[in-house]
Amino acid sequence: MNEPLLIVDNLVKYFPIRVGFFQRQIGDVRAVEGVCLDIRSGEIFGLVGESGSGKSTVGKTIVRLFKPTSGTIHFKGKDVTKLNAENLRSFKKDAQMVFQDPKSSLNPRRSIKSTLEDPLITHKIAQNGNNRTKIVRDLLRMVELSPNYMYKYPSALSGGQRQRVAIARALAVNPSFIVLDEPTSALDVSVQAKIIRLLQKLQIELQLSYLFISHDLSLTRTITSRTAVMYVGRIYELAFTEELFIKPLHPYTRTLISAVPVISKEERLVRPIKQSRGGEVPSPVTPPKGCAFHPRCSLADTICFQQLPDLLEVMPGHFVRCHNVSVNIKSTKERGNQFVKSFRGN
Amino acid sequence: MKNKNRISLSDDSITVTRWMSFKDRVGRSWYRFRRNPISLAGASMVFFVIFLAIFAPYVTPYPEQARAFTDLENTFQPPSRSHWFGTDEVGRDVFTRVIFGYRISLMMAAVVLGISVPFGVMLGLISGYFGGRIETIIMRITDVFLALPALVMALAICAAFTPTVEKAMLAVASIWWTWHCRLVNAITRSIKTEEFVQASKVIGDSHLRILFKDILPNCASAIMVKVTLDAGFVILVGAGLSFLGLGVQPPKPGLGTMISYGAAHLPTKWWLTVFPSFAIFFLILGFNLLGDGLRDMLDVESEGI
Amino acid sequence: MGDPYMLEIRNLDVHFRIYEGISRVLDGVSLYVAKGERVGFAGETGCGKTVTMKAVMGMLKIPPAIIPHGEIFLDGRDVLKMSQRELQRIKGTEISMIFQDPMNALNPVFTIGEQLCDVIRFARRNRSSGVNLSKKEVYDKAIAALEEVRLPDPERIKNNYPLELSGGMRQRALIAMALVNEPSFLIADEPGTALDVTIQAQILDLLSELVKNRRISVLLITHNLGVIQETTERVYIMYAGQVVETAPTAVLFNNPRHPYTQGLLASVPRLTGGQIAEGIPGTVPDYINTHFGCRFHPRCSHVMPICSQKKPPFTMLETSQYVACYLYTNKGGQNE
Repeated sequence: MNEPLLIVDNLVKYFPIRVGFFQRQIGDVRAVEGVCLDIRSGEIFGLVGESGSGKSTVGKTIVRLFKPTSGTIHFKGKDVTKLNAENLRSFKKDAQMVFQDPKSSLNPRRSIKSTLEDPLITHKIAQNGNNRTKIVRDLLRMVELSPNYMYKYPSALSGGQRQRVAIARALAVNPSFIVLDEPTSALDVSVQAKIIRLLQKLQIELQLSYLFISHDLSLTRTITSRTAVMYVGRIYELAFTEELFIKPLHPYTRTLISAVPVISKEERLVRPIKQSRGGEVPSPVTPPKGCAFHPRCSLADTICFQQLPDLLEVMPGHFVRCHNVSVNIKSTKERGNQFVKSFRGN
Repeated sequence: MKNKNRISLSDDSITVTRWMSFKDRVGRSWYRFRRNPISLAGASMVFFVIFLAIFAPYVTPYPEQARAFTDLENTFQPPSRSHWFGTDEVGRDVFTRVIFGYRISLMMAAVVLGISVPFGVMLGLISGYFGGRIETIIMRITDVFLALPALVMALAICAAFTPTVEKAMLAVASIWWTWHCRLVNAITRSIKTEEFVQASKVIGDSHLRILFKDILPNCASAIMVKVTLDAGFVILVGAGLSFLGLGVQPPKPGLGTMISYGAAHLPTKWWLTVFPSFAIFFLILGFNLLGDGLRDMLDVESEGI
Repeated sequence: MGDPYMLEIRNLDVHFRIYEGISRVLDGVSLYVAKGERVGFAGETGCGKTVTMKAVMGMLKIPPAIIPHGEIFLDGRDVLKMSQRELQRIKGTEISMIFQDPMNALNPVFTIGEQLCDVIRFARRNRSSGVNLSKKEVYDKAIAALEEVRLPDPERIKNNYPLELSGGMRQRALIAMALVNEPSFLIADEPGTALDVTIQAQILDLLSELVKNRRISVLLITHNLGVIQETTERVYIMYAGQVVETAPTAVLFNNPRHPYTQGLLASVPRLTGGQIAEGIPGTVPDYINTHFGCRFHPRCSHVMPICSQKKPPFTMLETSQYVACYLYTNKGGQNE
């Protein structure tokens, strides 16, 4: 019960950059540089960040769309980075993903029925065609679509409806964990509300856990219980969601929250003062030395240029990677090890 | 244009059956297709020729004259009421032979494309999907083949062995697959990155399943357009081979062969070359217009209406 | 000249002929942008805001588009009666546009400098006032424009290709191109939507500043209500081809009157947290078999019989505040 469902330990993912006729490798896109996080059963864990932060890559690597460059991913106790084909298959029945763009996550040339039957056929879930059709009907009903939609094609569906189909497809294998990669970013705000409600309802009914990846901070605050903030491949702050928003410690987190365009006075009052000096989001191909945020940080010191700060637990359950914040805390390597131990040993 | 309001499939209140969905898709494609006069012209031309070819024995006045036949009293007759396209050097009705010649041309196109397209598509899918060394090997082989002009290759192969129609067809097919391989390779490479392919991978679909259910259907329209445009070109190459004596052998009524034999009698007995030439031109033009029309229709489809 | 309005749209209808029949996308759209004003035009996907913008810029392909009814005035001139040539003359000079995705709006095979100079020279060719600018003058103007949008090291940027720049820098370059010919009217279509939120904040700040300094009239089209709140003075809310409400921005967000606006604002997740609202039941209507009357009525919780019979007129609640809803007619408001 207390053992986390998913433990990601020091996940690293580089994408080689190859050029030329012989595909020589000249460098790497350092998408993910040592990410550690854990997700408990029944939890909705948020992962926020801007472009190049690596949040999508983390999600995709967890479901084994990519093979990690290094690090481990323990799901229900087993290390999924080292699975053979058969166990990989059962893992895929247990951990699924919903993609961001409803326009491209459904094959335009396949009917909804064909798309939803796909996982059933691959994992031999139903015995025959009739059973499959029945399951497809049930899936559609679960995502609040009429079974009418079976023979339609994606072009006849709106964005919200397509995303429901994408969710149904993920549910077809009866998973216990779903990675939601910006599931509503491409949708209108009123449709987003309905989809989020659906996701919350499904989570309770089917006892699911979610990794909710998003760049929309307001949305993340609304539904997640814990959130991690990523920047150029690393986690820079991780805390219980409420605490993260009420008391954001890292300058980047504060900048991020202050940049959100809001519609009400209450929200405007709640916004922290940004602590950045403008500048661009760095590319993961050439990340800045030391702390990746230092070029934009208004609190940057010499040490920030030289040394990457460790991710330290400065308050219970609240981790920050910043020299300025941890100045008052004993920043010894032991603290860091304690953090990692708290993942492995429990 | 009448404004009949068709049932919109996005309407939630109606039950959509498989048949309705199918009708909607076909209807939509037809709507786009028929708005373009070029494609309609091309389609009519092609289907007209196919009709003639299928029903050749019934639509021609002298079906028995298609092959070996002599009527030495009626040789070299100019076009007349009884012989619309005149008669040839042994007295056969040219019109009949042209229609039967269409049969041969169309069959050639069907055989050549029937062999080369599946083969090329298969290689294109494999190379595009797996990438890496497999792709490099396949695509470099393709490059080598592409560097050889189709006609020259076919000539070489035919000349090396005794020329027959079958050998000519094999010769052309042996180089034709490369175009389709390259086309499908390019499409596969771009579709591979689409989210629905990634979604299938996350589901755990086997590579084979992804290739056939996700990638191939998205190549289908491009392949279709290319096949249509190819048909004309294959027929041209075939006629060229026959013209040089390496394809259809007499007494079979190959269009190219007929032109070749008739060329010696120009310009006096013009009908021996003009009509077969025009017949080739008509068919190829039809395929080209049809292909262009299909491509326009599919371009529009990708833009969305 | 004496016209107080930069843009005025009166009762515009736009239909499209498609496979299923005639799609009545815009139904009686009316709006205006006064000179020097920053107006927001908000609505969700498919509500018709892009079609409206295209109609204003003369970019609608006719056919399949049909404009059976309506007038569009740009600084007093009737756009729908203008020839393509006249429209070309004012686009890029008096009216300018900023697009959503800077990668799509910039030509990848030309440098920023080349594209910027192109825009400058184009204006000189079309403005009857102009002597043609010399090469040096064009160059100077280009550098000045790049400096104004706070691009670091304009000399170097000028020689960069769009792909070499980050999203934020591209958007700045686009803004430079849009403003270099000193337009009096700017249409911004979802600026910053394709950008990261911290960069978007920078861009919007920059844009607001430049626009205020030069007193440019702005029509900002977006579905992001937060952006509307922070950068506009007055806003129109559009639903399914009909304008349903308009008010000064602060007033509208404080107290939305139309049921759709209320539902919309309630659906926006709040930075302060809290459970997200239910969203609005139902789906966007079919533009082909459109209902009579108010297009929102099938989804409205306050629906009355009259809503399905006749389109509600605009009721004025305060100056500049209008609602198209029967809930407010006969309630002391004046009908338009």
